[in-house]
Amino acid sequence: MRRPKVDMKKLINHPEHVVDEMLEGIIAAHPEKLKRLSGLNVIVRKEAPIKGKVGLVSGGGSGHEPAHAGFVEEYMLDAAVAGEVFTSPTPDQILEAIKAVDGGKGVLLIVKNYSGDVMNFDMAAEMAQAEGIEVEQVIVRDDIAVDNKEDRRGVAGTIFVHKIAGAAASEGKSLKEVSQIAQKTAENIWSMGVSLSPCIVPASGKPGFTLNDNEIEIGTGIHGEQGIERQWFKQADQLAEEMINNLLNEMEFTPGEEAAVITNGLGSTPLMELYIVHRKVAELLERKQIQLQKSFVGEYMTSLEMAGCSITVLKLDDQLKSYLN
Amino acid sequence: MQLTVEALQRWIINTNEKMQENKEYLSELDQAIGDGDHGHNMARGFQEVVNKIEDNSFEEAGSLFKQVAMTLISKVGGAAGPLYGTAFLKASEQWKEKTTIDQETFGKGIEAAIAGIKTRGKAKEGDKTMLDVWGPVHTYVTNQPLERENLKKTAKEAMEKTKEMKAKKGRAAYFGEKSIEHVDPGAYSSYLVFEALAGSITNEGDANG
Repeated sequence: MRRPKVDMKKLINHPEHVVDEMLEGIIAAHPEKLKRLSGLNVIVRKEAPIKGKVGLVSGGGSGHEPAHAGFVEEYMLDAAVAGEVFTSPTPDQILEAIKAVDGGKGVLLIVKNYSGDVMNFDMAAEMAQAEGIEVEQVIVRDDIAVDNKEDRRGVAGTIFVHKIAGAAASEGKSLKEVSQIAQKTAENIWSMGVSLSPCIVPASGKPGFTLNDNEIEIGTGIHGEQGIERQWFKQADQLAEEMINNLLNEMEFTPGEEAAVITNGLGSTPLMELYIVHRKVAELLERKQIQLQKSFVGEYMTSLEMAGCSITVLKLDDQLKSYLN
Repeated sequence: MQLTVEALQRWIINTNEKMQENKEYLSELDQAIGDGDHGHNMARGFQEVVNKIEDNSFEEAGSLFKQVAMTLISKVGGAAGPLYGTAFLKASEQWKEKTTIDQETFGKGIEAAIAGIKTRGKAKEGDKTMLDVWGPVHTYVTNQPLERENLKKTAKEAMEKTKEMKAKKGRAAYFGEKSIEHVDPGAYSSYLVFEALAGSITNEGDANG
């Protein structure tokens, strides 16, 4: 009997169809609340455009699910634009998303800080403005693995911006107000990731980098970009401690202040392990007298089948806290 | 030297062939200091461009390059889509209603393209980007007669020089010092663009029949 030749063990049909077929699946799963713009890789809330509400659009390369289509719902995003795997969506697609959610109060774009995303969203914003739609942008740069603050990548902290801006928009706030709240959120988020194994982009079929069995990489990006350093493998508590220390070095916390945390799985790390890491995160914050107001543990911003996790800390004030809850 | 619309159209078709041939290599370069998708994105984008322009005849260069630009903008994605798209869009404005382009007009198109890339990418020459090929090619085009081998040589040497540079823009910038010793993928794809142009002109500097 002939054995099949397998290049990569992925539940796909064809590397070029992954984004399209995933979006079809998302619509098949949630027909009651989502629709897809015809012929485009744009997922929109069924009720959109909602009159009198600022529209929220995010998006980026695919391969980070549930980001971003998974956050298209009430009190969160109105639309998400999916690019090819790890590739920014194009301006024409983003423009259609903007048009589909503009309820007359303007549209806020939530963009992760990658040159491709920034340029494509910029072009779309210019096109929308030329058509008379008010557009503002918030760029999320929460990944402290990059030294230069302006160059920092947007990672899991982006979800906090979706949630808080979404809540503010649902209250009927103006585009300017929603944009300011989103900006403030973005400025109070710090994230860091660690990867235990790489991910394979379907179109290339090869891992983006390699890690030996006894190695981990601190600060790897969500597309497999090289991190800060390779280290010998270490246990959950040690890793959590190192990441939290790095994060707290960047943040100015005074004892008694409040925070929210996302302990995020990168794709193939079980929830069990995420809770083990989160347990330590909570303990360390308590030791530093930071009040852990709200926790999210699970997969929010993945990197295909990468193993590992990221920790995101959001420093809260009363306003951010009220929108988060 | 005069470039006819047919020669310019052939330039773009040749560029697509180069992108298809070098798809894997470009992505490998990108994997070293980026995210590894540059070759696939360029190959996909230029294939779409060729699908759109292959069977059409264009009366003038402006509409040809506008079509090229809009297709790249909507099909490439990543950073390369807006950058190459903006470059060809700006060039198309200089080449509007021209049925043939002399070297001076060609140089003006390249100059406008460079200005577009700079604005869109907020980059400058020396940042280890595609500009480090477009810049030297522009200098060559404005100072010397356009000739196949010299054009190719200029683009190639400029591309190779990016190896010694430290990246200041795009994902490669995250690598800092570690980006040295790697050729910039955008510089390499730009070299392919100009190598394809060299292939569309003859040694005498005239367009191929």
